[in-house]
Amino acid sequence: MIPQTFDYTAPSTLDQALGLIAQGAKPLAGGMSLIPMMKLRLASPEHLVDIGRLPELRYIRDDAGVLRLGAGCTHYEVETSPLLRGKCPLLSETAARIGDVQVRNMGTIGGSVAHADPAADYPAALLALEAQIVLRGAKSQRTVAASGFFLDTFATALEPGEIVSEIIVPVEDAGAGTSYQKMAQPASGFALVGVAARLRRSGGTIVLARLGVTGLAPHAYRAASAEKALEGTPGTAADIQMAASRIAEGVEANADLHASADYRRHLAAVSAARAITAALARTA
Amino acid sequence: MATTITKTKTLIGKAIRRREDPRLITGTATYVEDIKMPGMHYAVVVRSPHAAARIRSIDTSKAASRPGVVAVFTGRDVSNVGPVPCGASLPGLRVPHHTILATDRVYYAGHPVAVVVATDRYIAADAADDVEIDWEVLKAVADPVKALEPGAPAVHPEWPDNKAFDFHQEHGDVEKAFAEADVIVKQRILSQRLIPTPMETRGVVAEWRAADRALNLYSSTQIPHLLRSMVAQMLGLEENRLRVVAPEVGGGFGCKLNVYAEEALMGFVAMKINKPVKWIETRRENYLATIHGRGHVDDYELAATRDGIITGIKLRIIQDLGAYHQLLTPAIPTLSVLMMPGLYRTQNICADIVGVFTNCVPTDAYRGAGRPEATHGIERMVDILAAELKMDPAEIRLKNFVQPSEFPFPTATGLIYDSGDYAAPLRKALDIVDYQNLRREQAEARKQGRLMGIGMSTYGEICAFGPSPATPAGGWESATVKIEPSGKVTVLTGASPHGQGEETTFAQIAADELGVDIDDVLVVHGDTALVQYGIGTFGSRATAVGGTAVYFALQDLKAKIKKFGALLLNSDDVTLANGQCIDNKTGASKSVQEIAAASYRAMQLPPNTEPGMVSTHFWEPPNFTFPFGAHLVVTEIDRDTGAVKVLRYVAVDDCGNILNPLIVTGQVHGGVAQGIGQALYEQAVYDENGQLITGELMDYAVPKAHMMPWIESDHTVTPTPVNPLGVKGVGEAGTIGCSPAVVNSVVDALSPLGVRHIDMPMTPEKIWKLIRSAQ
Repeated sequence: MIPQTFDYTAPSTLDQALGLIAQGAKPLAGGMSLIPMMKLRLASPEHLVDIGRLPELRYIRDDAGVLRLGAGCTHYEVETSPLLRGKCPLLSETAARIGDVQVRNMGTIGGSVAHADPAADYPAALLALEAQIVLRGAKSQRTVAASGFFLDTFATALEPGEIVSEIIVPVEDAGAGTSYQKMAQPASGFALVGVAARLRRSGGTIVLARLGVTGLAPHAYRAASAEKALEGTPGTAADIQMAASRIAEGVEANADLHASADYRRHLAAVSAARAITAALARTA
Repeated sequence: MATTITKTKTLIGKAIRRREDPRLITGTATYVEDIKMPGMHYAVVVRSPHAAARIRSIDTSKAASRPGVVAVFTGRDVSNVGPVPCGASLPGLRVPHHTILATDRVYYAGHPVAVVVATDRYIAADAADDVEIDWEVLKAVADPVKALEPGAPAVHPEWPDNKAFDFHQEHGDVEKAFAEADVIVKQRILSQRLIPTPMETRGVVAEWRAADRALNLYSSTQIPHLLRSMVAQMLGLEENRLRVVAPEVGGGFGCKLNVYAEEALMGFVAMKINKPVKWIETRRENYLATIHGRGHVDDYELAATRDGIITGIKLRIIQDLGAYHQLLTPAIPTLSVLMMPGLYRTQNICADIVGVFTNCVPTDAYRGAGRPEATHGIERMVDILAAELKMDPAEIRLKNFVQPSEFPFPTATGLIYDSGDYAAPLRKALDIVDYQNLRREQAEARKQGRLMGIGMSTYGEICAFGPSPATPAGGWESATVKIEPSGKVTVLTGASPHGQGEETTFAQIAADELGVDIDDVLVVHGDTALVQYGIGTFGSRATAVGGTAVYFALQDLKAKIKKFGALLLNSDDVTLANGQCIDNKTGASKSVQEIAAASYRAMQLPPNTEPGMVSTHFWEPPNFTFPFGAHLVVTEIDRDTGAVKVLRYVAVDDCGNILNPLIVTGQVHGGVAQGIGQALYEQAVYDENGQLITGELMDYAVPKAHMMPWIESDHTVTPTPVNPLGVKGVGEAGTIGCSPAVVNSVVDALSPLGVRHIDMPMTPEKIWKLIRSAQ
């Protein structure tokens, strides 16, 4: 609960921050995961660079058919942004289910994504949204798909010196329906299991199904087999059950103090059915 | 002459806002952590990572050589400090020698082994990591049932059976009751280990004033005076050279009704280094090394007639004591035995307690302390009996209640219940929910396949601890009331409130009795240098016992005011009302303020009367008080996930007269929150090696605001004859009434699936498994 000694810098520009990070400093955004780890002495960075205060990372804008979010946006900002609520409601709905009010006021989307907790909420939504994640280093910038970003427990495509600088999500079609369904671990607020569903329907048939799952596996993933089971169907209760029953296919489920692997798999199917049902009801 | 004085008897019973709240909610209150002194040093305690281990050697040289470190002390350095005290006594009780730092062996993960003192808290923490200990890890046992098995690792090698005590109590003819019973129901019921989790962890500042040979000890405690007596003894310091201050205390819930190693340790350190030293417990330490609560494995048997009259109760308690006895550890389960009959008339009881050592942090008093376990047990058993007999759970309770005409009622466990109308809160709760209609709704819901439950508990509790012969350190409480020369009123209470609102309720009592403005009354507590000896705040006692002491001190003052008033008015027939002493013949009057001033000026004194306006009263209660009530909970289970949703929570509590309904409601809300925590979320989990798995708030699920249902709080009022205020106490009622009502509701919801009992916490997975195995 008392961290080891560290240096702290709060630069005023992103370039300054990236310069320090290139030299090995650890970026600090909202501190919702890093600071508890430091207090428990599970992490002992020598130098923290506070990127949570950079105005350059704090924006949400509509940019020619996509929405761009600066990595420094707090969960509360994502939850309440009128732009996101109108054009990408899945992300707002997901943000609203993170932790509690205090966490949502402090924590940032970039921090959560970069930390890649296997039970974090955003990854499920970002996978369902087929989001792009912009990674910046002192002298580099690249964009990776969410599906290529979350590699393992706390492991991502980030290279040393890089930070998550921006999240790009699509402007949702008017006819699309989305939903995020989650069972929270009661102590931490993280997801025991969370499922994000994003569906499009045309002429009574589901033409696109995207299902992101968090909490169940070592890292968030898209449930391809369940998506395939749903696409091309009218989305009857039986179709939904069939798809939901495949949500955990090929996945080794997590087990811990709070939920067994069996229960997590079951919750994933229940959450998937609920998310699909709610999303379908929201399709035009 | 002042004429704007508040009228008599207008404050008691009113929802006066808590006068202590502005400083608390604006962050300006002073907790131990807020105390800063020139030259302050900081201590970090080195703790055992193992639940059971021998210490082969400790090397402190690396830690001691770190710049900024001024001292490192180990068990050998503190060998002259007396042991951590156990205030409870039971026949044949085995009491382990509990040194403030381990010497050769550790008994639980978190056991203090050394203390590092530095000029800076961070340096101290780094240096604590530098202390090198050569451990020989031993086998541990964390489960009290396993600890009783032959061949289990011995927590204390001198007692290989791991038993601290066996306790037996019986009354009536329980064997006959069971032999003749129409029906017997049995159930093992667990009350799991809980972590009290006050928002403010423990903390101590110790300041040695060498010139005065005096030690000031600031500690987050519920019992400053008792702490002073015991720490003085541990340190070999004269009691009058030790001042204990409990500054703002951010929650206790019983876990600060104790004397801890660190309290004496910081005194020792301050005296050694001759500098003030501060130790603030981290949350992880709080979970590892501050007492836990509950830890019961209870086997119940109920004997009853065919028509639902309970004729006998058998109970065997396995109490997980942890590795040591803290202040009251072994006494807590005896409170469960005292309350095992609940509100019911049966005179045939038989109880056994096995107190078991485990390699865990000790258990001790946690909100309710023994009574939640007892209430949970009997209220679950009554529901199990009702189910067995296919009776309505309300009806079976009404059949067995002690009746209003039977008070004072001697219980089978040796208590005298003071007063009550036990059916009244139950009937009120049933009315509030329109019970018959609710049962019809439930039948409808069941037809639709929904799992809706209605559960109730009718609890009784033992409060206002207590008559001194029945309380380890004395059960009285003290008050001094002073009317200052200016007429302002100061109340010094020996109770040490820490969130219960007595700065407000005691001011209400004083303002009403004297007829002065409540803003003219200041309530002072928690400093042994200011306040006469007192006992403290726990066991729902502060108002019932401490408030009564205030009341009697005020009666002395009122008599004195009248004497001085009569003298000033030159009358032999005066009345004191509305802050005025009035000559009944002429109507002339003098205000309390004028009279107070005259009493200090002392130009004239009434016969046999001393100057001044101060009275101290130590009040010894003739009995405990016995609040009661009914909690009724409507739940619905999510059939797919097993999640419990509380649809309605009705609490009808009878705590006797209500001095301040706002504070009473707040106490009920807080109590219910902790009851819901136990029923649905909380459990301290140790693994088989004695490692605390729920060692963080990330894993130990204290309910948060958004996890709480709306609480419909109501009351019946049955004053107690035990004290003149007629108050019984309400600090623990919510917790005690809550957990069985919630569990009964969930069991009721699942009863169509054949479920008869569920142990706490009722996690969604546990319920999902029950649903799945029923299908």
